[in-house]
Amino acid sequence: MVGAGLVVIGVGLGIGRIGGSAMDAIARQPEAYGKIQTAMLIVAALIEGIGFAALFAV
Amino acid sequence: MRSPFTIKVLFILSLLFSCTLFASAKEEASEGSTKDLKTEIKEYIAHHLLDSHDFSITSYTNDEGKHVYIGVPLPVILWDNGLQVFSSSQFHHGETLAESGGNYYKLYHSKIYRTDANGTISYDEEQHPTNVKPLDFSITKNVVMIMITGLLMFWLFTSLARSYAKNGGVPTGAGRFFEPIVLYIRDDIARPNIGEKHYRKYMPFLLTIFFFIWFLNMFGLTPLGINVTGNIAITFALALLTFLITNFTGTKDYWKHLFDPLGDGMPWYGKIPIYIILVPIELLGLIIKPFSLLIRLYANMQAGHIVLMSLIGLMFLFKSWIGSPLSFFLAFAISLIEILVALLQAYIFTMLSALYFGFASEEHDHGHEHEEEAVLKHL
Repeated sequence: MVGAGLVVIGVGLGIGRIGGSAMDAIARQPEAYGKIQTAMLIVAALIEGIGFAALFAV
Repeated sequence: MRSPFTIKVLFILSLLFSCTLFASAKEEASEGSTKDLKTEIKEYIAHHLLDSHDFSITSYTNDEGKHVYIGVPLPVILWDNGLQVFSSSQFHHGETLAESGGNYYKLYHSKIYRTDANGTISYDEEQHPTNVKPLDFSITKNVVMIMITGLLMFWLFTSLARSYAKNGGVPTGAGRFFEPIVLYIRDDIARPNIGEKHYRKYMPFLLTIFFFIWFLNMFGLTPLGINVTGNIAITFALALLTFLITNFTGTKDYWKHLFDPLGDGMPWYGKIPIYIILVPIELLGLIIKPFSLLIRLYANMQAGHIVLMSLIGLMFLFKSWIGSPLSFFLAFAISLIEILVALLQAYIFTMLSALYFGFASEEHDHGHEHEEEAVLKHL
């Protein structure tokens, strides 16, 4: 149970970082918005998968 | 131009509102019993997430204290010493036994067990029934929804194709909505990930899987309470398709990359110790890729349904005036997010499938230097 909570914290931090970095990247290169968004979504989904795996293991 | 748009928005909003209200009406139905409210809500959610043998819309307790179910029974098809076919209305929602071919069957937590004439179910130490479970090929709620979605997609896209042929490639009606999506999948998912040379081969699968998952996800948000993509067997089948296509269309380079990633640049005696570690990891990756696909879709949809149902359940836990509006607005907000998630999960499934197909159809005939050059050019 505690482990699942820790994993969720980790996943939250991870996705937050991805989102933040994507925002930075978009601010630097607004013309690459589409590509950055795609990459961001994929990576976020990958991390999210781990989070769900942990939640369902409880 | 403004007013039709507003009407559409209002229509969609009212649809959403009705979803939430509908679901809450369902919950109220089971409130009459004496069981603990929390366990009851939990059981209700668990039941909602499962597949079922009938298409129930709602149920309520009438004045005589009897449960009345509104819904459609579905055919039960069992393989148990011969084919047994009967209607699920014989179960009366688990309250009575069904008899077919001299055998008696009982519904227990949405699963069918063979019992004796009295309907006894024996349990082992962990409270799992030990009765015989006949092979179940029933047309369940999920199967019905898959069929409906399949037919809908078939009808939609064949009629679209016909309208394109008739109008000389100009989209009309629903085509105006679907054409950008199809083009997006082609130009932004398939082409960059699979490559200009091979992407056409995979387009039918990518489009089918995208619209199939998207439609099923959207159906999951309707008050009918179907949770097809939140069923691990279905996501397993979808991921298995991706896995099979990836490996059956894999080129020589793909397999070489799997078993001999270092190539000719290294003598064989140097490779052996590395490959003892590397090849098992590569092989494991082969399985992990589709596995992550199936877990992601399943878990996302399942989690979405659980959250939505739990928020509606808040209404009954609070027992004060604040409960209803709170639960209503939270459920409403989550519904909006779920609409996004429905699209996003379909997109990610398609995107990652395309990525894996891209790995499978890669060709290394130029060697790695050229690849690096291309990457540098890209930057």
